[in-house]
Amino acid sequence: MNYNWNWGILFREPYLGFLITGVITTIQLALIAWVVAFVLGSVLGVMRTLPSRIASSIAAVYVEVFRGIPLLVWFFLWFFVVPELLPREWGRWLKRDLPDPEFWTAVVALGLYTACRVAEQVRAGIQAIPRGQTMAGQAGGLSQAQIYRYILLPLAYRRIVPVLTSEFMTIFKNSSLALTIGVLELTAQARQIESFTFQGFEAFTAATVLYLVITLTVTVIMRQVEARTRIPGLLGQKGG
Amino acid sequence: MTEFDWTAVTNNLPFLMQGLFLTFQLTILAMVGGILLGTVLAILRLSAPAPVPQLIAGYVNGLRAMPLILVIFWFYLLVPLALGRPVGAFPSALIAFTLFEAAYYSEIIRAGIQGVARGQLQAALASGLSYAQAMRYIVLPQAFRAMLPILLTQSIILFQDTSLVYVVGLRDFLTAANIVASRDQRPVEMYLFIAAVYLVLCAGGSFAVRRLQRRLAR
Repeated sequence: MNYNWNWGILFREPYLGFLITGVITTIQLALIAWVVAFVLGSVLGVMRTLPSRIASSIAAVYVEVFRGIPLLVWFFLWFFVVPELLPREWGRWLKRDLPDPEFWTAVVALGLYTACRVAEQVRAGIQAIPRGQTMAGQAGGLSQAQIYRYILLPLAYRRIVPVLTSEFMTIFKNSSLALTIGVLELTAQARQIESFTFQGFEAFTAATVLYLVITLTVTVIMRQVEARTRIPGLLGQKGG
Repeated sequence: MTEFDWTAVTNNLPFLMQGLFLTFQLTILAMVGGILLGTVLAILRLSAPAPVPQLIAGYVNGLRAMPLILVIFWFYLLVPLALGRPVGAFPSALIAFTLFEAAYYSEIIRAGIQGVARGQLQAALASGLSYAQAMRYIVLPQAFRAMLPILLTQSIILFQDTSLVYVVGLRDFLTAANIVASRDQRPVEMYLFIAAVYLVLCAGGSFAVRRLQRRLAR
């Protein structure tokens, strides 16, 4: 195996700058997409538990369609197909006038896809709450909106923090797919360094270490969140 | 709005089907390899002496912290270097998927093994079976039965994930569609078509898994 090691390349410009902007782009993309996923996923998750047949079937179809198509295909659909299907002016705006169209397309693709996974968790969280809680709310004269706002959602979110943690980490990893439509996030930058310098080992090692650091940071932060939001007295929780 | 013209799809159907065939090939090989390796990893993690479980935990958690695309790039770079000669994209992608999925399968299988009642293993050992025999004939059959739906769901995810071989130019279903889309300038029809095929296959697959789950639960 002949290979010329050159770790110094990672700390030289422009390659150091590539890695830094890559990390920043990955974090921006993941965080903005997460906000989209969390808000939309919560709405869909609630819809699935509503008594209204129409609301729950709309949400069910959304989840089924988004889960049934690979994320990479979604990226291509949002980037190549949707601008063509919209009215001509809208399509032109998306392709020409929107600043940084690749980045915002990636936010939409990643956010709407992750929303279906968040929705399933929120639904499961709400359905795991004993019926008595809802009945007590009704007996106390709360409206349905109030029951969700003050009883069901606070309990459901606290229950599902651990699974949301893993979805949150997944969105950082999935953001790497944005490289296929030209977003220069971390993995794309590592590959760019490889093709400029042929130092693939060093470039991919740097990217791997940076992803591990991101994952570790998220884990540490989410541990704190989990500890603070834990519902006392539930099984499967240390301490409690 | 553009007018739809599906001839780009119908004219290239054989080429697309070759891509779909490669997608299935990769899925099934990586699934078999991943489950076998995942079983070994899970058993070793639960019962091997000191440094082994920690090493396996490092392997599993390390891979689970990495994006699959990066793993695919790694093996695309590493496999030819390790073998000292160029190999096609398929072997390196297959190795990447097998090792990557083994990390996920092993976590499912470990949970499955831990879900088997302790008395089962104790009774097997008490009646004179070796640890390997107890695993092979008593614990694993029960564990696999219980976790079959989750293993299959993971395999549907694997089926979707194989589309990422696009980044190393391997001609799977998505890459074949991409080639035709850019050559014939019909990306809209092409991507809608493959999205529909993926949706039918995956929704059908998960419907079948749910039915199986209900039957196993009875």
